[in-house]
Amino acid sequence: MTVPVYEMKGVTKRFGSVVALDRVDLCLHPNEVVGLVGQNGSGKSSLMKTMAGVQSPDEGQMLLRGESIRLKSTVDAAKRGIGLVHQEQSLITNLTVAENIFIDKSCDFFKHGVYRWGDLLRAARKQLEKIELDIRPDLLVEKLSFAQRQMVELAKALALEEMVTEDLVILFDEPTSMLSGPEIEALFKQIRRIRDRASVVFISHRMDEVLELSDRVYVLSDGRQVAERPKNEVDADELFELMVGRQRTVAVRAPRTRASLQPVPRIELKDYRVGTIGPISVTVGAGEIVGLIGVQGSGAETLCRSLFGLEATFSGQVLFDGKPLSVNSPTQAMKMGIGYVPAERKTEGMLASMSIADNMTLSFGFDYAYAGTLANRTRERVEADLWAARLKLKAHTLDDPISRLSGGNQQKAVLGKWLMSRSLKLLILDHPTRGLDPAARADLFQSMRELAEEGLSILFVGDTLDEVILLSDKIVVMRDGQVSETYLDVARETPSEKSIVRAMV
Amino acid sequence: MQRQSDRLDISSERSSYIGQVMDVKNYRVRDWGAILALIVLMAFFTAAGSNFASLNNLQALVESSAIPVIAVIGITFVMLQGSIDLSVEGVASLACIVTSLFVANSVTSSHNLGLALVVALGSGLLLGLINGLMYSKLKIPSLIVTLGMWFVARGAATYLFPSRQPQILDPMLMSVALDKHFGLSGIVYVAIVLLIIAYFIQSKTRIGRLSYGIGGDEALCRLAGLRVDRIKIAVFVMSGFLSSLCGVLLTAQLGVGNPRGGDGLLFPSISAAVIGGTLLSGGKGGVFQSVVGVLILSVIRNGLQQIGVDPLLTQVVEGATIVVAVVAGSWHMRTKLRVAK
Repeated sequence: MTVPVYEMKGVTKRFGSVVALDRVDLCLHPNEVVGLVGQNGSGKSSLMKTMAGVQSPDEGQMLLRGESIRLKSTVDAAKRGIGLVHQEQSLITNLTVAENIFIDKSCDFFKHGVYRWGDLLRAARKQLEKIELDIRPDLLVEKLSFAQRQMVELAKALALEEMVTEDLVILFDEPTSMLSGPEIEALFKQIRRIRDRASVVFISHRMDEVLELSDRVYVLSDGRQVAERPKNEVDADELFELMVGRQRTVAVRAPRTRASLQPVPRIELKDYRVGTIGPISVTVGAGEIVGLIGVQGSGAETLCRSLFGLEATFSGQVLFDGKPLSVNSPTQAMKMGIGYVPAERKTEGMLASMSIADNMTLSFGFDYAYAGTLANRTRERVEADLWAARLKLKAHTLDDPISRLSGGNQQKAVLGKWLMSRSLKLLILDHPTRGLDPAARADLFQSMRELAEEGLSILFVGDTLDEVILLSDKIVVMRDGQVSETYLDVARETPSEKSIVRAMV
Repeated sequence: MQRQSDRLDISSERSSYIGQVMDVKNYRVRDWGAILALIVLMAFFTAAGSNFASLNNLQALVESSAIPVIAVIGITFVMLQGSIDLSVEGVASLACIVTSLFVANSVTSSHNLGLALVVALGSGLLLGLINGLMYSKLKIPSLIVTLGMWFVARGAATYLFPSRQPQILDPMLMSVALDKHFGLSGIVYVAIVLLIIAYFIQSKTRIGRLSYGIGGDEALCRLAGLRVDRIKIAVFVMSGFLSSLCGVLLTAQLGVGNPRGGDGLLFPSISAAVIGGTLLSGGKGGVFQSVVGVLILSVIRNGLQQIGVDPLLTQVVEGATIVVAVVAGSWHMRTKLRVAK
């Protein structure tokens, strides 16, 4: 039995109260390609980052070629022959391709701080030829397409080949999510080629890719490694099932007293396009909760942002309460009665340095002003206190800084900001449960249901399958910028998690 | 066959290498905007002004651009990293006074040009080093650090100013500004030499290239294990040094030690860099572009004088120019959530 190249034993990583990795074991043999699958937020990327030295684990052991290691940084990892091909681009776009390939490596052609451009470009060209990438090494990265940049990332990782004597460990974090057919083929060809000198871990959302490429597949769910399967003993169906996870605590769908199964449409999208997304046709009724779900890059987030006027102008037919809608800015969207709770709560949802009350009254405080012009702080505050109580926002006083609250209570304050509006008709929530603990999540769900009962239309992007199944009246699954499946009446015919996953990937 | 392809390969290697040096391939239409504007302006003033295209006037134009060019070189590297150096005027003024006190002059008994240069330029290096250290190690915005340094240096210059204005009596120093070779003073040649060195640093050294990198994405540079702080400090030292050199050359030009000698240097250098296409947020631009910016401002000032516009109105045009240049340069970056501060 050969010594594994890279081994993780009981690796745990926490971010605050959230456990990203929970005692994960993983083993990588020489010249092996291992696939890593799991839902969004199952810990795949976190595991990759830990393996590549971007973050260090809180507990557990990492063994490289049989030796226990502690990676100080990505540079440290690179010296030991571990390269990460990032999901997000890690190239400095205003430098050349050549510089990017060698930026994190100590090379002769940077010696004494003076560049030897000729040597640098020659070396870079060699790396590009290795992966059959026909671009000039002296181009600025910003001039390249996303696919080309992804390949440059690969070249950057594979340049380790000549610098490390041992075999490499190359980690691919969803390298195909931005690529199309021929580009994916080119990438796979490279992955197969480097097997002679490297062991590979490969993350993808597409099962067929994983099965095509890998010798073994690991399944992550909720930060745990739940299964390990050799390629020829598993099929896509079983992987779906494993991804969906252990039977977790079965939360019950709360009954809804919807007035009718065919509510009056609040917003109707027909042939909706924005950027590369569309055509999409979706209807959200008055008092209806519609859950959107899709893997990263499926377009669900973009759809939400564009309806709030944050993206490029959309095209197609959009009827809002039966009238054509055009939204170019958040201000316009708010005038129409559309609210948006962003996924990036800390940067887009709240002003961290201000108080809870100030955050809640930020957008609609002037709805309560004297003659609509002079702020009426007392009335604003009364209203904010009312909503805080209704949303079960736990705070000593609303004068406390919002940054002092837990994630769940912060989210309640952000939600409260929109509910202060007297004309809110449609509330869009982008990953509203991100970073919330189960109790806060339950509170949020209850509030969303109550609001829908009162006639508010809700469109939300779900983080997990069970959350869209639990909460939605209607589920819309998105894939590659289009609607791949719609479940019209979730209450009566609840779709299985498996069938949703199948529509997602 | 194999051989031939090898040779082809080498030749294309060379052409791309030269391309890099010229930075031409990486140019876009908007990068040519500044040069185009310069040509248009010169054509306009030639057509409109009686005297603009005369040899005398062109010499004066180049002469007046030389010191701003030296200042803008330092500023450009700082701005490439997304920082700013406001201390230029103060450091230059201090160097001006220090020089005048150490060389042969009408007030003190000292007459040592070498010592004067060492102390004056040394003060620039030191103040630049302090700027760089405070900025990078204490992580204070460079705007504030250098704003403070501006007044510290300016105050020191005023403090050191003796009761009578020192007249420079050192013939060697004066000759830099007065003696003309091929119609141009020594200052112009100093500027040209520095420009060549600066271009070498910008395109062929780690400091220069990584200044672009830091302006592009500092976090990624740190993740790549680069010593970002050192590079930051280096460019502030460079900027301090060049500012003090401006002060020394200004002393030669003025013939006196003046505690306000550096005044009027900051606006043209920052705006020249911006007009030339260096982004305030960093990562874009370069010394040659900035020099084009200096020339544009000089041409505007000179040309408006030539066609008889009130000198006070010239400032209005200069101010408008920088705003127009920034709008044109960043037009493509407008997005809904772009935050401009």
